[in-house]
Amino acid sequence: MSEKFDVIIVGAGPAGSAAAYSLAKMGFNVLMIERGKYPGAKNVMGGRMYAYALNRLIPEFWKEAPIERKVTREKLTLQGEKASFTLDFMDEELGEPPNSYTILRGKFDQWFAGKAVEAGATLVSSIRVDDLIWENNRITGIVAGTDRIQANVVIAADGAVSLLSEKAGLKKFDVLQFALGIKEIIELPEKTIEERFNLASGEGAAQLFVGHCTKGIPGGGFIYTNKTSLSVGIVVYINSLIEKKIESHELIREFNTDPAVAALIEGGKILEYSAHVIPETSRSELFTDGMLVAGDAGGLIVNNGITLRGIDMAIASGVAAAEAVKKAAQENDFSKQSLSYYEELLKRDFVLQDKETFKKAPEFLQNERLYTLYPEFVCRLFHRLVLVDGPKKRAFDELLEESKGNRIQMFLDMVRGMRSL
Amino acid sequence: MNISIEERLGLVSFEVDKERHIKVDTSLCSECDEKTCLYFCPSKRFVLENGKIKHDSEGCIECGTCKFACPKGVVDFNYPRGGYGVYYKYG
Repeated sequence: MSEKFDVIIVGAGPAGSAAAYSLAKMGFNVLMIERGKYPGAKNVMGGRMYAYALNRLIPEFWKEAPIERKVTREKLTLQGEKASFTLDFMDEELGEPPNSYTILRGKFDQWFAGKAVEAGATLVSSIRVDDLIWENNRITGIVAGTDRIQANVVIAADGAVSLLSEKAGLKKFDVLQFALGIKEIIELPEKTIEERFNLASGEGAAQLFVGHCTKGIPGGGFIYTNKTSLSVGIVVYINSLIEKKIESHELIREFNTDPAVAALIEGGKILEYSAHVIPETSRSELFTDGMLVAGDAGGLIVNNGITLRGIDMAIASGVAAAEAVKKAAQENDFSKQSLSYYEELLKRDFVLQDKETFKKAPEFLQNERLYTLYPEFVCRLFHRLVLVDGPKKRAFDELLEESKGNRIQMFLDMVRGMRSL
Repeated sequence: MNISIEERLGLVSFEVDKERHIKVDTSLCSECDEKTCLYFCPSKRFVLENGKIKHDSEGCIECGTCKFACPKGVVDFNYPRGGYGVYYKYG
């Protein structure tokens, strides 16, 4: 290939496809390069996409996209040693307009990349980009094997382990900044899923687990309901996993046998096992001469403990990257200075606003007490409240009794939590 | 559901590449006290055999952890060549 493109996008995930779709619609000559056999082949996520960003780009996308279920039920399970406490929030209004959908990336990413191709972008799969082309300290294209392909601008949408932003000197990898997600797809009949999670047909549940399942490691477990399968998994901070000397793959195996989980997956069949790192606090510079960085590659995710978001941010950043390229092309200036408009757009939009709002959340969420002391406390307290085995105390007295010795710590953590989440 | 990691990997689809995409200079591993690779790798590609670390990149699910989690920094991480390696059907 010796053709020159206006834009080369590396990675046909949500960020790449959003950028390619937008740029192709604007009339640019776009090449999207994917190292997998097909878009989505290498991609893993928990299982839920907040609809907002994609709905802005492709209104009512759910009418054509391969979505699994519309999430109208949110559950949070606090796991103690021998008990678990589940909050079960059902809200019809989360369905109209839809707040979030469970999806399977194998199908979803192919559909989204297909939309970009339909709009006029060129997609090549099974190609690994090995390097960047530099001319006069500016990135002017990519190297893939023996091919060198030139472009005015390169968009690195190559995921959490973005080797391109590292090569461009925009990112340094540090184990402290990453979590590891491990997941399995468990097949179950549609009816069984709807019965077990109390769902109307087509509606879905998202359930998070905090406590015993990660053995004191900051992180948590999850179950997302798909049409005829469950996405079941664990996310843990890697440095803490290493410190505790726990084999990562054993965590998910034990998660399956936890009573609160086992009842939900019983009789199911594991169809697939997968894992990927999550750039919890890993950031990359988002622009340089001739290049922009979008999605996970830039570390554009936000986890505030309640909403765990990445794909919506990836899509919004891909769209912003396209806008920035459009402006740069109008001025025929692809310098760092000109492309800094990309960051400005992200600051005006929710992407960098939410990163800023929740910038203290990662530190707060690495507090081990959230995964040991507190889930156990809630379970112990409810144990006291519901048990009848002699004279009963008033609820407030039980609370005082159960929190003895930890009250100041709890109060301080609560204040910190309110400030950061 | 309580199946081993070997059985789990048997459920994953791979296009096997003869070329190793991750290269580990195991000569330095004997000096490593932590041997964290035995814990972090979700597909158990690092094993201890007769006191020595051995790494096999076939069966790697490309999660990326070893890129930065090896305390000795002896992992030379790259992705498999285009089209090779894991391909998720569900993801």
